[in-house]
Order: sequence, then C-alpha cells, then structure tokens
Amino acid sequence: MTTEPPQPPRSRAFLTVFLKEVRENLRDRRTLISAFLTGPLLGPLLLVMLLNITLTRELDKAEKPLPVPVIGAEYAPNLIAALKAGGVVPKPPLADPERAVRRQDADVVLRIDADYGNAWRAGEPVQVALIYDSSQRDASTAVARVTRLLENYARQQGAMRLLARGLSPNTAWPLKVARRDQATPQSRAVLMFAMLPYFFVITIFMGGMYLAIDLTAGERERQSLEPLFANPVPRWKILAGKLAAISAFSTVSLLITLLAFAAVGRFIPAAKLGMELDLGLHFASFVLLLMLPLVLLLSALQSMVAAFAKSYREAQTYLSLLMLVPIIPSLVLAILPIKPQPWMYAVPLLGQNLGIMQLLRGDGISALQLGLCLGGSLAAAVIAVWVTVQLYRSERLAISA
Amino acid sequence: MIEVSDLHKAFGAVKAVDGVSFSARDGEITGLLGPNGAGKTTALRMLYTLMAPDRGQVLVDGIDAARDPLGVRRRLGVLPDARGLYKRLTASENIDYFARLHGMSEALLTTRRATLIEALGMADIANRRTEGFSQGQRVKTAIARALVHDPHNVILDEPTNGLDVMATRALRQFMAGLKAEGRCVLFSSHIMQEVAALCDRIVVIARGRVVADDTPQALLARTGTNTLEDAFVSLIGSDEGLAA
Repeated sequence: MTTEPPQPPRSRAFLTVFLKEVRENLRDRRTLISAFLTGPLLGPLLLVMLLNITLTRELDKAEKPLPVPVIGAEYAPNLIAALKAGGVVPKPPLADPERAVRRQDADVVLRIDADYGNAWRAGEPVQVALIYDSSQRDASTAVARVTRLLENYARQQGAMRLLARGLSPNTAWPLKVARRDQATPQSRAVLMFAMLPYFFVITIFMGGMYLAIDLTAGERERQSLEPLFANPVPRWKILAGKLAAISAFSTVSLLITLLAFAAVGRFIPAAKLGMELDLGLHFASFVLLLMLPLVLLLSALQSMVAAFAKSYREAQTYLSLLMLVPIIPSLVLAILPIKPQPWMYAVPLLGQNLGIMQLLRGDGISALQLGLCLGGSLAAAVIAVWVTVQLYRSERLAISA
Repeated sequence: MIEVSDLHKAFGAVKAVDGVSFSARDGEITGLLGPNGAGKTTALRMLYTLMAPDRGQVLVDGIDAARDPLGVRRRLGVLPDARGLYKRLTASENIDYFARLHGMSEALLTTRRATLIEALGMADIANRRTEGFSQGQRVKTAIARALVHDPHNVILDEPTNGLDVMATRALRQFMAGLKAEGRCVLFSSHIMQEVAALCDRIVVIARGRVVADDTPQALLARTGTNTLEDAFVSLIGSDEGLAA
C-alpha cells in the first residue's frame, strides 16, 4: 500500500521554499508596491525634485533682473545707474519697508537718506541701508547680490577719489585675498548627495521588509509554521530558502533604484552649478557590488527582528525602528567631517557610505578599501544568519498560541 | 506503528506531559481523549518532533524520533492543531508545496493530489485561492496537504474542531478509509461521541498522564458503567472540559 518514502534530493527543499515564497509574494500587491515602486523610486524622485527646485531658484536669482524697491532714489542717481547696470530694477518706494520684508513682499529694500547728495559732495562717508530678513532663506541671494554691487560701487568711487588726489588706489587696499578652491566639479556634487547611500539602504530595506515579516511573524500569526516544520526538511534549509527570497526582492529593488538614479541623473542640471555627476553604469555596478553583502545582512537582521515579534503588527513596528539605524552613518558623515580611516571601511553601512561617497567624488575605490568593505559586511552577514538560524531552531518559534 | 514510552515535558513549573506511554497500531484508529488542557497537543507535538521531550522515547515504524527526526517526519502525515494555509496560493498549490518539500517527483505529485482531491471531495475548490475558505474547506486542504506523500502513519490533532455536521461525517468516513488501507491513524479529541464512533482503541489522558488505554468495550467493563460517557467521567474524575 504505502511506498517507501523517497529521499529528497538535497538542494530541492531550498529551491522549493524559495520559489514558493517568491510566487506567493509576487501575488501580494502591498509587497509589490513597496518593493518595486515606492521603495526604489521615492529616493530618485525626491532628489530630483529637491535639486531642481534649489538649482533653478539659485540660478534664476544670479542671472535674472532683480526688482528692488528703493527709497530716496532721487538723491543718488549715479548709484542707481550703477545698480541698474548690475541687473537691479529699481521699484517705487514702499510705505513700510520693514513690514514688507517680513511679509516677503520684497526680498530686500534699499533706503537712501535725503542728505546723501550733500555728504557725498563734501567727501564725507555716507550711509545707505539695506532692509531685509535673514531668516528668509529665499532672500539671501538677492541680499548678497545687492551688497556686492554696492561694495563694488563704493570701491570704484574710492579709487577714483584717490586717483584725483594723486595717490595709487593700492594704498587703500594693502591686503588682497586670493581664493583657490580645490573642489573639483565632482566633489562639489557630493555635498548635495550626502544622503544618497541612505536611499540605497532604505530601498534594500523596503524591498525585503514585507517578506521578512511575512516569513516569520506572518507565518506564525496565520498558524502555518507548525505544519511547515512537520515536513522532513531541516529548519535551516527552510530559513535559507526564505532568506534567499528576501534577498532576491531586496536586490531587485536596489537594481530598480540604481536604474532610476541613472535615468534621472541626466535631468539634474548639475553642469549649470559647475558640478559633475556620474550615476551611470560604472557607478551602478560598483554600488551593487558594495551593497550585496549588505543585502544578506539586512535580510537576516530583518528576519531575526521579525521572529521576535508575536504578531505581524508588532514586527512592523520593530522593523520601522530598525530602518532608522542605517541613517546614523549618513548623518554622522554629513555633520562631522571625519577623515576616513582604513578600519572604517570594514564597518557595515559606514564602509558602504564612504565607498559610495568616494565614487561620487570621482576618487575611485582602492582594492584594499573594497576588500575591507565587502569582507566586513560579509562577516557581519554570516554572524547575523547564524544567530537567525539558532533562533529558528527554538521550539517556541513554531508555536502560534 | 507509533510507540510512545514514558514521555515527559514541562514548561517551567507546569508538567504538561507527565509520563505518557501508549501504542497506535497499523490498521487501527487510536483515539487520544482528554479534556482541554490535558496535554494531548503537547504529546502529539513531541510525536511529530516539533518539540523534544524532556524524557522518554518516541518510535515511528521503529525509528527513534530523537535520533532521526527527519526519518520520522517522512513516515508521518500530520494535521497539527495549527492548520494555517497560504492564503495567496490556491488549494492545489498549497498541497504541491508540501509534496515538493517531501521530495516527491512531479508525476507522483500530480496523481497523489488528484486522488486526495477526489477522496476529500474538494474538486470545486482545488484551483481557488484559499483566502476566504470556510473552516471545512480549510481542514480539507490541510488534510490533503498533510497526506500528499502517502504516509503510513497519520496524526490528526482535533480534526473535527469547528466543522459542521456534514463536514464532520465526511471526515469520519475519510478516516475509516485510511484505516481500511491499513494505515496507523492516531487522532486527538475532546468529543466522546466521535471517539466512541471511530476508535478501535482509546487512550484517555488527564493532567498529563494516561489514565486508561483499552478498547471501548473493555473500558465499559472496567469502569462498570453502561455508556462510554459515564466511563470517561469515572476515569477522569470529572466531566470538566469534555464535550458529549
């Protein structure tokens, strides 16, 4: 009647679990949206929108005619002419300039006193007032531009007065500062892209999150873990199949986001700001390589955390907290300008962060740095997988009640 | 053939199973009867190696569960207390998943699945996703999934729990069919009617111990009662946690 139970071929259980998890999760709309849509595309979209808004605004202000209400323009026609030459469009005076500035009706207002002409002709120092609100970030470009025009005018007039008295203008300017900025077009871009590594980590996280929850806490909540463990398959093989499924989803998410960044990189008007930005194939393949051990590490960590949770909802809460951890290296590197030491490359997350920033700067990664980064993260991943396997062997894990 | 000797399992200070021994023979239906909380589920969990006993031995077809848990699981078909299905898979896909985990070939899987779908009368739901299944449809799918590898020994933990009258009748017929095929069937229940109607042998468990292990007739004779219900009450000491 019954036949001798067949010995399962070794690799098949792993593949069976993997394929089943992939198929099941491909049927879940929430998982799909999080892994292949919102997770990978949110970063590129946000970045492009932010950059485009800031860049176009800054560029506009530097080139466009700048309307400035002027009080007492009639007292200083030469000054006004110089401002006009610099692109300022004088506007009629305002009754209450202080209030207008605070209400952002004007970025900056220029006030010239009535005794300007007399004092100027007497050769005495005269004062003009710029009224602005420095807490309005928007106004700073306009203020800087008007200030520069005024100072240039003052210096020019001062030089002419000195010449008229037979002195060299140089006597009044004993010291000159020459600025030699060593930033390359690429390294200037880095400042704006400090958060890019975090976007990649978040994408990996979002890609695998719902699977990680579903594969442990979810499976326990819907009481399917106990029947699953009644099958003649060692638990570590089941776990391996599940981790592979989480990693596969995370990797696909990462690939989508890399493609999106590559596509979107073309629309960033980086050149206008004197930046160079390479988010192309070379960059993408290096990021993928750097991130692969992190994919495994994060899937093990997520499964581990989710396995501690009693329910789906609880697991979701834990994982959202875990998602905040990878922001730390990005924030630290953005705030503290530290000089990278070799050991830092071996620290998971930090190493990836440093590596990606170096790629963005166009410095490239040395073989040692790459090896440290991959080795350190891989070692951490192996430890995390091992701990998760131990957790999976516990009797309590399977029991739903 | 399932042989259990002197099983012990404690959770902290609570002795859930405290020295349980019994055998379930081939071609017979053995009922594990006891009130709720008597230790039936814990004892069964040690049989299908989900838990390791603190003490004692489990033999399935002569294989020691402590030495070769995978070998034991290969010879068992288990419907556990928890019978969750994968709701985004169809009933057939749920069955196939377990068949492949048992290492069955695709050809064998297809014939076995068809046999079970026929025997359990679930042709109408086989290709539907299990989300929204009724309790009876869920149990059928879970049983098909548990028996797809044609196991010689079948363990069913409270199989009729939550089923309506029709589904319960169908399930009892199915179990009788398993017995007729010469399999060893072990099931737990707290419903006396069911145990009385089906079992060749009854193992009564109370407070983690076996209080009786006999045929229904012998139990009546031993307790000097006329009905099994009275026999159980006399054996267990109260009728708390039992259902008629």
